[in-house]
Amino acid sequence: MVDVLTGTFTVKAGHAQMLKGGVIMDVVTAEQAQIAEEAGAVAVMALERVPADIRADGGVARMSDPTMILQIIDSVSIPVMAKCRIGHFVEAQVLESLGVDYVDESEVLTPADETHHVWKHDFKVPFVCGCRDLGEALRRISEGAAMIRTKGEAGTGDIVEAVRHMRAVQDAIRKLQTMPEDELVVEARNLAVSLELLTKTRELGRMPVVNFAAGGIATPADAALMMQLGADGVFVGSGIFKSGNPATRAHAIVQAVTHYNNPEIIAEVSKNLGEAMVGISTRSIPQDQLLAPRSS
Amino acid sequence: MKIGVLAIQGDFIEHIALLSKLGVISRQVRLPEQLEGLDGLIIPGGESTTLSRLMSMYHLRQPVAQMAQRHKTVWGTCAGMIMMAHEITEEDPIPLQLMDIGVQRNAFGRQIDSFEQDLDIAEFNTTPFHAIFIRAPVIIRVGEGVKVLAELPDGRPVAVRQGNLLATSFHPELTRDTRFHQYFLDLTANQANGPGQ
Repeated sequence: MVDVLTGTFTVKAGHAQMLKGGVIMDVVTAEQAQIAEEAGAVAVMALERVPADIRADGGVARMSDPTMILQIIDSVSIPVMAKCRIGHFVEAQVLESLGVDYVDESEVLTPADETHHVWKHDFKVPFVCGCRDLGEALRRISEGAAMIRTKGEAGTGDIVEAVRHMRAVQDAIRKLQTMPEDELVVEARNLAVSLELLTKTRELGRMPVVNFAAGGIATPADAALMMQLGADGVFVGSGIFKSGNPATRAHAIVQAVTHYNNPEIIAEVSKNLGEAMVGISTRSIPQDQLLAPRSS
Repeated sequence: MKIGVLAIQGDFIEHIALLSKLGVISRQVRLPEQLEGLDGLIIPGGESTTLSRLMSMYHLRQPVAQMAQRHKTVWGTCAGMIMMAHEITEEDPIPLQLMDIGVQRNAFGRQIDSFEQDLDIAEFNTTPFHAIFIRAPVIIRVGEGVKVLAELPDGRPVAVRQGNLLATSFHPELTRDTRFHQYFLDLTANQANGPGQ
C-alpha cells in the first residue's frame, strides 16, 4: 500500500506557490467571481462586503453566509478563499467543511480573540495571514500559516501602508542576511519568533512561504509597485469592484502583475480604465479605526 | 542548451531554481520574442485559466506550438499539462493542443484533497519519485504514440511523453529531486542532436 498524504504543509504551501505572479480578487457575488475569473484572477476571495463597505458600515464583521460562499465555489473553476475572524477557529472549521481552498484569518473582520490566533496546524485547509513586519509573519507561520500577505490598510485604496509593510519585511530579511550568527538569538527574541524559523529565513533570503501584498492596491501601477518591492503576487480587495469598470481594471491589474518590470505594458494597460475607487487617505483615519494594528 | 520557463504566472522560479542546480541558466518567457533561440520550454504550475488568457493576449500560442512542431522539447507541469492537452473536459481554458492526450482539471477535488505520494517511474528504475499533486489534473485519454511514464495505483496516467513533449500532473519543481528536470534536459539534448529520437 502506497502512503497518500493529504493536508501536509508541503501541499498547503505548495498551493500558494501555484498562485504566485497572480492576482486574488475580492468578490461578493457569483457574477463578480466570474468576472474575476474571466479577467485572469488566480483565485477569488468570497466575502459579503468588500473592506471599503465594512469600513463604511461599521459594526461587527464576521464570516460570510455559507450559501453565498457555496454559490461562488459553484460558479468558478479557480480556487476560492474565504475569511474567518482572527482566532475564530470554529468559523475556520466551517469554511474547511464548505470546501474553500484557502482560509484568510483576516484583520479585516472583527477579531474574535485579541490574544490567540487559530492553531492552523490542526487543519487540512491552508491558511493565509496578514503581517506588518517579519516578526508578525514568522509568528503566523509558527502557528501553521502556509501563506502570508502584508496587511496594508484594507478598504482605503491608499497604497502607503502596503508599501510600508512590504519594505519592513524586506528590510528585516536583508538585515538578517548580514547579521553575524551570534546575534541571531537576540534578534529572535526581539522579533518574538523561534530561532529555527529565523535561521531558515536567513538561509533562504526570503520569507519561508509565499508572500503576497494586500491592502490598498487600486491601479495596475500599484500592483506592479508591490511586485517590484518583492511581493510574490497581489490581493486586490475593494480596488476592482468599487471602480468604474471592474472587468477592464481587473484584466489590467492581472497584466501589470505578469509584466511588472515592463513600464510600456503597464502604461498600455493603464489607459482608459475609468474611475478608480475613490479611496480615503490612511492618514485621515482615526487610529482606533485602522484595521492593520488589530493583531500582531 | 537554452531553456525557457514560461513566466506569465505560477511557480516558474521553482523550475528555474532546479534547472540552475543542474547547471542550466534559463530564461523567463513573458513575450513571444523571448522564445527565440530556445531549445526547450517549461510551462509551469499555476492557474490554467490565467495562463490561457495571457498566452492568447500576448500572442504566445502560435510560437509555442511552432517550437513543438520543430522538435524542441516542451514540458508542462500541472496547469502546464492542461495547456499541453489536445482536449480537456471543460470549455475553459483553451489548451495548446500539443499532445494527443485528454485531461480533466481538478480531478481529485478541492485543495483539501491535494496530496503527496511516491510513484514508480519507468524511466527512473531506482527509487520512487515523491510526487506532489495540488488541485491536480489527470490524464483521461492517451493517444497513439504517447508513452505513459507514471500512473497512480488505480491506473490513471499522471506523467506522459510523446516524442519531444512531456506532461506531468504533479510538481517535480516543488521537490529537491532533479531527476525529472534531468530527464527533460537529456531529451532536449537528444532533440538538438537530431529530431525524432
